[in-house]
Amino acid sequence: MHPSFIWKMAWRDSRSSRRRLLAFSISITLGIAALVSIGSFRITLAQAIDDQARTLVGADLIIVSRRAFTPEEEAFLHSLGEPQAREVRFSTMATFAKGTRLTAVRALAGDFPFYGTMETDPLNAARDFRQGGGVVVKESLLIQFGAKPGDHVKIGDVDFIIAGALKKIPGEGSAATSFTPSVYIPLQDLAATNLLKPGSVVRYRDYIKFAAGTDAEKRIALLVPQIQKFGLDYDTVAKQKRDLGNSLDNLYRFLNLVGFVALLLGAVGVASAIAAHLQQKQKTGAILRCLGASARGTAFVYVLQAAAMGFVGALAGAALGIVMQITLPRLLKSFMPLPIATTLAWLPILRGMFIGLGICILFALPALLRFRRLSPLIVLRAHVEQERPRRDRAVIVIYLLIAASVTAFGIEQSDQWLRGLIFAAALGLAILIFIGVAKLLIVLVRKFFPHGWSFALRQGLANLYRPNNRTLLLTISLGLGTFLLLNLYLTREVLLAQFKSIGANDQPNIFLFDIQPDQTTGVTEIVRSLGLPIIQQAPVVTMRLTQIKDRLTSDLVADKQNKIPEWELQREYRSTFREVLAETEKIIAGQWIGRVAYKPGDVVPVSLDKELADDWKAKIGDELVFDVQGVPLKTRIASLRDIDWKRFQTNFFVVFPVGVLESAPTFNVLVSRVPDPAASARLQNAVVAKFSNVSAIDLTTVIQTVDSILGKVALVIRLISLYTLAAGLIVLGSTIWSGRYQRLKESVLLRTLGASRAQIYQILCAEYFALGLLASATAIVLALASSWALARFVFKLDYAPSFWPLLIAVAAVSGLTVVIGLLTSRGIGTTPPLEILRTEVE
Amino acid sequence: MTTILDVQHLTKTYRTAAGALTVLKDISLTLPEGATCSILGPSGSGKTTLLGLCAGLDRPTSGSVLLAGNPLADCDEDERARIRNQHVGFVFQNFQLISTLTALENVTVPMELRGDRSARALGLDLLGRVGLGERIDHYPAQLSGGEQQRVALARAFINRPQILFADEPTGNLDAETSSGIIEIMFELNRSAGTALVLVTHDPDVAKLTERTIRLRNGEAV
Repeated sequence: MHPSFIWKMAWRDSRSSRRRLLAFSISITLGIAALVSIGSFRITLAQAIDDQARTLVGADLIIVSRRAFTPEEEAFLHSLGEPQAREVRFSTMATFAKGTRLTAVRALAGDFPFYGTMETDPLNAARDFRQGGGVVVKESLLIQFGAKPGDHVKIGDVDFIIAGALKKIPGEGSAATSFTPSVYIPLQDLAATNLLKPGSVVRYRDYIKFAAGTDAEKRIALLVPQIQKFGLDYDTVAKQKRDLGNSLDNLYRFLNLVGFVALLLGAVGVASAIAAHLQQKQKTGAILRCLGASARGTAFVYVLQAAAMGFVGALAGAALGIVMQITLPRLLKSFMPLPIATTLAWLPILRGMFIGLGICILFALPALLRFRRLSPLIVLRAHVEQERPRRDRAVIVIYLLIAASVTAFGIEQSDQWLRGLIFAAALGLAILIFIGVAKLLIVLVRKFFPHGWSFALRQGLANLYRPNNRTLLLTISLGLGTFLLLNLYLTREVLLAQFKSIGANDQPNIFLFDIQPDQTTGVTEIVRSLGLPIIQQAPVVTMRLTQIKDRLTSDLVADKQNKIPEWELQREYRSTFREVLAETEKIIAGQWIGRVAYKPGDVVPVSLDKELADDWKAKIGDELVFDVQGVPLKTRIASLRDIDWKRFQTNFFVVFPVGVLESAPTFNVLVSRVPDPAASARLQNAVVAKFSNVSAIDLTTVIQTVDSILGKVALVIRLISLYTLAAGLIVLGSTIWSGRYQRLKESVLLRTLGASRAQIYQILCAEYFALGLLASATAIVLALASSWALARFVFKLDYAPSFWPLLIAVAAVSGLTVVIGLLTSRGIGTTPPLEILRTEVE
Repeated sequence: MTTILDVQHLTKTYRTAAGALTVLKDISLTLPEGATCSILGPSGSGKTTLLGLCAGLDRPTSGSVLLAGNPLADCDEDERARIRNQHVGFVFQNFQLISTLTALENVTVPMELRGDRSARALGLDLLGRVGLGERIDHYPAQLSGGEQQRVALARAFINRPQILFADEPTGNLDAETSSGIIEIMFELNRSAGTALVLVTHDPDVAKLTERTIRLRNGEAV
């Protein structure tokens, strides 16, 4: 068979089928568009991080301490000689004329930021406040309390003049400062506020700018051993870039997964469109075989058509992707730590097109390969009894290739090969279940056929099992699409539901902390005098973990094999001591010890959170060493607790018995519940007026902030889900559209025999409704199972799906299937049968 | 004279749910080059099955077919397709034109399959000879039944086949059109020296051929 004929035939044969082939192209367009735009977004983001990382940090090196720098450390910092700036950070209450709120105070001295600018309104406030007496306050906070430059704000014992509104400063993302908006005060005025007390959570930061031309990374590498020797933390531009890259990688992975779902849906559309197209082309294929075309050559005619349509789809996808490339950064703007320019990146465009085209051809190949087995006898007989076909090795290889590529993509996206495998296996299992359900339907309809029903309904149901039925194909494509969409929806519900429990009626909603031991009675009295309950009161001692069993935490951090998360080893533990268990806790192993007669040098029995114990592979009897503000304290795990972290109480990872920590620097936490914002303001004002160092977290404000952030997240998720939904609908439409020709001949024949338009539509309704109902009901069961597994094993959250959305989904998918089915059969009622046959069939 | 078709002890049995169904039993025939032969019989007698086996469109359960010197049993599907392309022409009751191709494109398919560049000129000539010189760009749906069968005839002869298989070529046509088609078919047979195997249930058409094989229930009678 001459190659030129294959090309010619592919072109000529496509002339009458271009609308059908277009359905094939459209199926993959959205998937490719998603890949292109997401890939481009990642490149632009990486470029933005490269360009702007220094201005995000504001300095070349930041050295951080949890206590004031020692004289030795000061000498070390002094020896660095570069331009430096100092900052002391802590949280405290700021009192405006119209109210009080917890803020993040930054007491600053020096010319920080060295890179980027501190943007204020008025402009000179950024410089002027450093001279003393004035403060710069986060713009959102000024808006909240209706304050403006020139007004006053009280922080601790000092009444500051507001020098200006802070718009932007390197090192502060928008989401973090939403909870505790920042207030910049001059460092020289810090002492006068009288806020720093023993046990207060404070960070001391030294910002360093290297001389121009210094190789920052090399110089930092030389300094790191000394910094670590002092037990100090540090931050650099490179570290920030890495952290930023890592956190954005998660976002990228999520987006890419959505893109992949869209592409996978497209692939299902492609597979069904090409299968329908080839079924229609059987006669042409058989004639070609009769006239001497080889089996391979005949199939190749349609491979070329599939590739060409895939290419058209890829081109359209790339064009749409470029448009979306402009929209995506705008959509995600509020989550981005840095502004992103919109540039055209060619690599992801080509990559997206390549992957899309590859997926398209790969999913079309099984049907195309089976086309090689087409018998030329079809030209003599409409139906040829074929002997049971031999197993086609090429088809098996293609199925394996499809499975391998889906698995590879799953592994690449999930970062863990096991998760990737589970993802691919779950998808494979879902397909097998859909096949099983479709076959079961065929058997059941045949066996229990309702012979007493009307002609139209019987005809519609019989279409489910007659030769050339589309039961299997439509069940898989409709079902898989619905399953993927519902999974996304149910998982989103699980994630959002965890925030709904916040602020439930009987839960505490205000926390007072940093209460010094001598202030406890006074604060308690204020709370009681306002008629508010004291739900919980706990002493807090800050400490750091230095040893787990026989290994130092510093060694564990340095050990690359270590699986314990770094934050668990390096964080500051705020522990408490008490005699009894809290109501949010349950002992699951060991024995609770509430009181001991401690002598220095004794090993203290403690109770540990079970999740931490799991991470540390620690069991009852294992030893842990804590550094309690300079004093090493050896402990033994006496019990493990299961803690309900979702309850808004003060929960603790480590609980000590009474009798050990009483002499350590302590502050207290008090938990209460206020009925309304006015009562909250009264309490905060009263406490801060008497005890200026005591801070309050008003959960209602936190909930508002969480709400507004979640609102944005939900909007993005909704838009992205909508995108996947659009991809699903297009595939649904194209799958049904591409198969319309099969039913068309039959409908025309019935019309010729005198069937009314209503009867034809009833037949089609019965068939499509049964298929839509079956596919969506199966999809719901599968989506419930998989989203439950995701909630239980991946997110570790409770699972309680709402019932109504699922019913709506069943109705919507069944209804849509019927509507699209009827739309694609339009014309049957009004156009003469012969005209339809001439123009549409083949 | 060289034999173009040699069929020996041909049997075809299908396995069905109800058991084995033999549709053709022990048929033998030999056809020299340029000869004409008709297969006559009522519906279901096995005529079309025999034609399909002779042309290599299907495999027999037992027996052998030698087509243009090629033992079909030894050939795979692609080899049989090549033999059809080089030596065989077809005409079907339902014309079997490719609906997406124009009349000329349909006619030139067998030549173009080989990459023969003279296909167009030859196609135009043949369409002219069957009286469709003015309809070359028309699609099958735009042609009448008789015109479609004439296009099919032109297609059957474009590769100058040594043997033409015709499966009830006039079964879908009226008497007047039928006689025109039969005339053209025998004229082309005579001018090109093509052997003709004609499946029909019309005794008058069968009479035009040199030899007739009568089938009943799959057996030659």
